[in-house]
Amino acid sequence: MTFIVRLLLVLLALAPLPAASMTIDRVTSPGGIEAWLVRDNKIPVVALEFTFRGGAASEPGGQEGLASLLASMLIEGAGDLDSRSFQSALEDRVISLGFEAGLDTFGGSLKTLTENLDIAADLLRLSLTAPRFEAADLARVKDRVIIGLRRSAEEPNTIAGRTWMETGFPGHPYGRPTRGTPDSVANLTAEPLRGFLRQTLTRDNLIIGAAGDITPEGLGRLLDHVFGGLPARGEREAVPEIKPHNLGRTLIVRKAVPQSVMTFGHAGVKRDDPDFYTATILNYILGGGGFNSRLTTEVREKRGLAYSVYSYLGSYDYVGLMMGGTATENARVAQSLEVIRREWQRFGDEGPTSDELANAKTYLTGSFPLRLDASNRIARLLVSIQYDNLGIDYIDRRSALIEGVTMADARRVARRLFKADDLLTVVVGQPAGLEGTEVPASAPTGSGSPPPARAPSSSGGG
Amino acid sequence: MILISLIVRRTAALFCALLCLTAGAKAQVFSPETVTLANGLQVVAINNPRAPVVAHMVWYRIGAADEPPRKSGIAHFLEHLMFKGTKDIPPGEFSKMVANNGGRDNAFTSYDYTGYFQNIARDRLELVMRMEADRMSNLILTDAEVNPEREVIREERRSVVDNNPRSRLREQMNAALYLNHPYGRPIIGWDHEIQGLTTEDALAWYRAYYAPNNAVLVVAGDITMAELKPLAEKYYGVIPAKPVAQRLRPTEPVPQAARRIELKDARVRQVSLSRTYLAPSYVAGETEHADALQVLAEIFGGGVTGRLHRALVLDKPLATGAGAYYDPDSLDLTGFGVSASLRGEAKLEDLEAALEAELRRLIEEGVTEEEVARAKTRLRAAAIYARDSLQGGARAIGTAIVTGTGIEQVETWPQRIAAVTAAQVTAAARAVLREERSVTGLLLPKPGS
Repeated sequence: MTFIVRLLLVLLALAPLPAASMTIDRVTSPGGIEAWLVRDNKIPVVALEFTFRGGAASEPGGQEGLASLLASMLIEGAGDLDSRSFQSALEDRVISLGFEAGLDTFGGSLKTLTENLDIAADLLRLSLTAPRFEAADLARVKDRVIIGLRRSAEEPNTIAGRTWMETGFPGHPYGRPTRGTPDSVANLTAEPLRGFLRQTLTRDNLIIGAAGDITPEGLGRLLDHVFGGLPARGEREAVPEIKPHNLGRTLIVRKAVPQSVMTFGHAGVKRDDPDFYTATILNYILGGGGFNSRLTTEVREKRGLAYSVYSYLGSYDYVGLMMGGTATENARVAQSLEVIRREWQRFGDEGPTSDELANAKTYLTGSFPLRLDASNRIARLLVSIQYDNLGIDYIDRRSALIEGVTMADARRVARRLFKADDLLTVVVGQPAGLEGTEVPASAPTGSGSPPPARAPSSSGGG
Repeated sequence: MILISLIVRRTAALFCALLCLTAGAKAQVFSPETVTLANGLQVVAINNPRAPVVAHMVWYRIGAADEPPRKSGIAHFLEHLMFKGTKDIPPGEFSKMVANNGGRDNAFTSYDYTGYFQNIARDRLELVMRMEADRMSNLILTDAEVNPEREVIREERRSVVDNNPRSRLREQMNAALYLNHPYGRPIIGWDHEIQGLTTEDALAWYRAYYAPNNAVLVVAGDITMAELKPLAEKYYGVIPAKPVAQRLRPTEPVPQAARRIELKDARVRQVSLSRTYLAPSYVAGETEHADALQVLAEIFGGGVTGRLHRALVLDKPLATGAGAYYDPDSLDLTGFGVSASLRGEAKLEDLEAALEAELRRLIEEGVTEEEVARAKTRLRAAAIYARDSLQGGARAIGTAIVTGTGIEQVETWPQRIAAVTAAQVTAAARAVLREERSVTGLLLPKPGS
């Protein structure tokens, strides 16, 4: 039986996995607005995802949290509809409309039953072009945001992520609190909200993906109707390129919690780096592959030091990061970090085994279709591919890009990417026997472990 | 097993929102086909050929509420240990094999069931069926594998409960809500009892309850029953049935007194108020109210147009958020919950008084036909949205089967919800929202912090 099972596994591993087949239409509206579309009329649902280049990192100094507050306020009433009427209009037809600010982008998503598409489009158009920002609504939402900031400032994960970004990017927009501080949010008014809207939510910054039960013609009309009224272009604060600072340091934030939370990282690769695919494979092998990663094997499976241990590529527009995290009871933190650093460095020195490389390729190519099971996820992928300028044939080329990574590439990039001595490590808790610099918790903020580069609408193109 | 190995039912409002939506996903939408093999395994196929992928799930009719005294957490512990290997698949290799074939796998434990799944390309289905069938009867456990995993679970508990004041309160409220029934214990177990769980405990649990006649196989995606049945026969059909003891759980007495829990934690920065009422499920208690209670939860606490949000967040500046939740998929009595988070300078007494006033108004005046109509529209749309994913149907159908209702209940859901009247919703509110059935929980900062 053993032999038969193994034989079957070998055969399966060699057989090519089915390609993700998907036809993408490039739709240009009569008014010249472009969107990519994957049609599927099996289910009467339409999903629209869109992203504007420019997010929290483009906020003017002193207005931290502006983009995030704008995201909340865009669904608080627009045109003739006050907050209640607007939200009732959405809920009564089960139209899901939401916005979110990332560091680099401002994203929105709309999902509706086909029968309500016209109304959904109207509401989206109003939210983008005629938001009301009424004083009472603004006060209520700000109160909610501020208390959320105070609350998350007690959450170890949030403190760790916030402290990492603040220490890694001092004086740079990436080091600022993405969702603001209680003080910065308290000072925000309708005027800067309108300013950000005018300068960032503009047609020259706009990327759109659609999926589901809609024709190219219908989508073309919708694009002009919804987005045609936006300003053609805007001017936003430039964000300089940056490299992470304070590498190699270990910071300890004392908090009375039974389990310490750790965030660690150093420089990585950006999305447009020629080594991006190799880095994606390497990250999968070290700590991105859940159960199959080296970190999980060493930290969790062999030693029971953590429930979750992981690494990921933080590919922001102006910096690339190689990050990781875990959580371990206070008494065993030092051991946990020692194991992680050892594995991190060993991986850098030696690179992967040929089995690991082959298995990572199979997973990263074979699991891709699993990401395409829902309309909004497909639309999001379309935004992501456009955002990264990967080309409309990217899905067809993606497997070859991954398959093309050689062992020589893997070893070279591993040496470039994994340097345990460079890790900037933040530990939040009461770690026993760990050497590091004690620092106070930073001001209350709302960003969790290092914030997403992009709003969800544009994530996931890797 | 991975990050979401634990279904903490009736505790996380967010989770309930998701599950209730999925549970709402019913509706002659999935059109499942089912057969039962000679060894008692129920097999369900849900055809949804949007992409050449499948979700393969095996559900066991055993969960945390079935655990013997002093063994809290054993159902979840075994769930983790199911990845520790068989004669043919070495420890830790299960997930690797799935991933090396482009698939993703995980598992989950609830009070009433334990489930395992893989999402994978259609042409790899046979591989995961072979592997899942293998560990249905061939699991091997040794202390070398079990001991570190116990520490993993204790770390999981620290992450999910101990490091989070809201979770700590929910755990205490649950324990107070159930006077006799094991739903009062946390699914993950109490830490002091987790420490005492042994390899032999895990094997005893596995031998007693893991059998084809105690399981349900659900495959959704690019699959038909004509394709699935021969494969199910080949891999699962050869596993012999065995006697499985009847589940005999303690039952709840009629509650006599409202309970009040205050959890004080130095990390609390927002005071919150929640209340859970002991409520019927589809199959336990006053089941005739189960459909009406879903409509009630939508009217009273659904989204930002629900009554609670309007009264506590919009009409008066008392809360930053407020809602209600109810999940009828439960073998025994479930909970109907309401909650609100205090806003800025508002006073807890005022928030609680306003919440009481809304509850009183609901009981005294009932709900209107217009409110019911709007709620029903929203619930019905959720059924369509749920088809827009690979796993939605498999989750809804699987849950229904192992919580004692079954496919028929799923199929008739839209009609039943459509038939709910305002009078029925009002009657359900009056029957369930009674003070003596409730636990109120307050999350408070620790004085001096």
